[in-house]
Amino acid sequence: MAVITMTKLTLGPIACHWSAETRRDFYARIADEAPVDEVYLGEVICSKRAPFHEPDLPQTIARLERAGKRVIVSTLAEVMLRRERKATADLAAMDAPEIEINNAAGLYARGSRPHRIGPFMNAYNEATIAWMAGQGATHICLPAELPGEAIAIAAAAARDLGLGVEVQVFGRASLAVSARCYHARAHGRTKDNCQFVCESDPDGMPLRTRDDAPILRVNGIQTQSESYVDLLPETPRLVADGVTHLRLMPQVVDMVAVAEVFRDLLEGRLSSVTEGDARLAALCEGTEFSNGFYHGTAGYRRIARAATA
Amino acid sequence: MSLAELICPAGTPAALRTAVDAGADAVYCGFQDATNARNFPGLNFTPDELAEAVAYAHARATKVLLALNTYPPAGKVDLWRHAADTGARLGVDAFIVADMGVADYIARTHPQMRLHLSVQAAASSPEAIRYYCESFGVKRVVLPRILTIPEIRQIRGEIPCEIETFIFGNHGLMVEGRCSLTNYLTGQSTNMDGVCSPAEQVDYARHADGSMSSRLAGFTIDCFGPEEKAGYPTICKGRYTAPHRPEGYYAFEEPVSLNLSRLLPELIEAGVHAFKIEGRQRSKSYVRGVVRAFRQAVDDIRAGREANIADLVALTEGQKQTQGAFETKKWR
Repeated sequence: MAVITMTKLTLGPIACHWSAETRRDFYARIADEAPVDEVYLGEVICSKRAPFHEPDLPQTIARLERAGKRVIVSTLAEVMLRRERKATADLAAMDAPEIEINNAAGLYARGSRPHRIGPFMNAYNEATIAWMAGQGATHICLPAELPGEAIAIAAAAARDLGLGVEVQVFGRASLAVSARCYHARAHGRTKDNCQFVCESDPDGMPLRTRDDAPILRVNGIQTQSESYVDLLPETPRLVADGVTHLRLMPQVVDMVAVAEVFRDLLEGRLSSVTEGDARLAALCEGTEFSNGFYHGTAGYRRIARAATA
Repeated sequence: MSLAELICPAGTPAALRTAVDAGADAVYCGFQDATNARNFPGLNFTPDELAEAVAYAHARATKVLLALNTYPPAGKVDLWRHAADTGARLGVDAFIVADMGVADYIARTHPQMRLHLSVQAAASSPEAIRYYCESFGVKRVVLPRILTIPEIRQIRGEIPCEIETFIFGNHGLMVEGRCSLTNYLTGQSTNMDGVCSPAEQVDYARHADGSMSSRLAGFTIDCFGPEEKAGYPTICKGRYTAPHRPEGYYAFEEPVSLNLSRLLPELIEAGVHAFKIEGRQRSKSYVRGVVRAFRQAVDDIRAGREANIADLVALTEGQKQTQGAFETKKWR
């Protein structure tokens, strides 16, 4: 298989509520062992969680940078309360590291200074990407539901503007955010009185239909896909279409090993995509994979691989 | 006190005339395609119908707002541009937009046109709203249904544009414009196609014990006992099980309607400029009843009279209703 070394592998921000200790151990191992180029840090989902792990942020950044990783801090997807507005403005005021903005409040605070556009910003098309580039965006992460043919057009437009283009290739897709905390609701509590019950579900709280089919995952105010997105088979196409960055979302599986599969694909060390997919399946036992969004069909579906390998 | 305009749904030309006759200050509608968030079969307007609708409404001093409030996927932006060009040519009074690329196109190509920021843009802070005002000249923001009245009052003081809030109708739970639940199960996107829980993928299955399942794309969204009335399978209003909720529960929200009648005076006092009645998919008689009742209430409040709030509350009698986030942040 061809060698594709220009493409960057990134690790997205941790979506669920992992304890500070879990995060420290996780990022120490990522720094030492994971073949990823860039790591996104920061709390994207719930502003109540931030105080638990924010104190570690400077050390984690330094640790990852010493290991040669580029670090980007992501901002909250939903900004409504005073503390959320302040957190967003504080991040937007930083000179370094880079920031990824997930809410228009962050765009307002950042002005024309350089920034990345996160997956919650709804950069669905070339017109929006051109607008954002004109306002200082250097890099765009496309929405998880964008189909492959639109990704190709968006990537070409971004490349012409000199922007990086990122697509999530692994992990649960974000399907919705709300003002209401569904974790708290499930336990008969409210968001203000949640007692951080979400910490007991580090890979999300599974919802099943009443005839017992797995369907969705709850992560606080966020609803995620039950399946992990797996675009390993589509990765050669994504790269050929001009996608420059491939995002792996942290799940409760061996993320170093997951990154190694994608790295092996990029560097031509896989005998076939089938081999890589088999390794991923073994790492994620018990979780279905999906690629329906990419193929323009229901997101949960797994469309059989075309002959791309 | 604000003017408290009533913004009323017009899913069809007939519904538009009904809403105008019932006292709407403005009606909102869309074309028969993906450019608006109610892209449902049998709804919306052809360009010719919109031209007639604008004439009808303007003759009765009612404004027409055109919803272009979905997100074009890359490669299809021209459909939204053409819709904006057509709307401008036909003389609509404002566009309701969400996508930055669409907003930028209208601001540059039709600078005389008034822009309203759709709830689909999910601008829920003064900073986010100011971003759209300063970038595209937005004149009004439709606030997400997630804010309390004190929060709305606070935002009012910090932004340079008018505020519109929902007051009656469907109660969406997810942050609008950030929801891909329908696309995950059905392959049709709320953001890109304007589709939510599409009827053609709905079916109801009757079981031997008399119970009924409502399904979307083959997924059971809820089950109803023999005595229960089966509801429409909207994903965010279904019942599911969780590890410690094996009995099945409304994981997101119960199937309730938003009815802010009781809060109307407070919302006017908080500086809300316009009140949106949801329901472009509703019947003419529904539109007539709801618009008339709110027209009367708003006129009473404007004139300093006691409004007959009981009539408005009665509009959802027999159904479950909520004041959602507007009443208390415990909703969250």
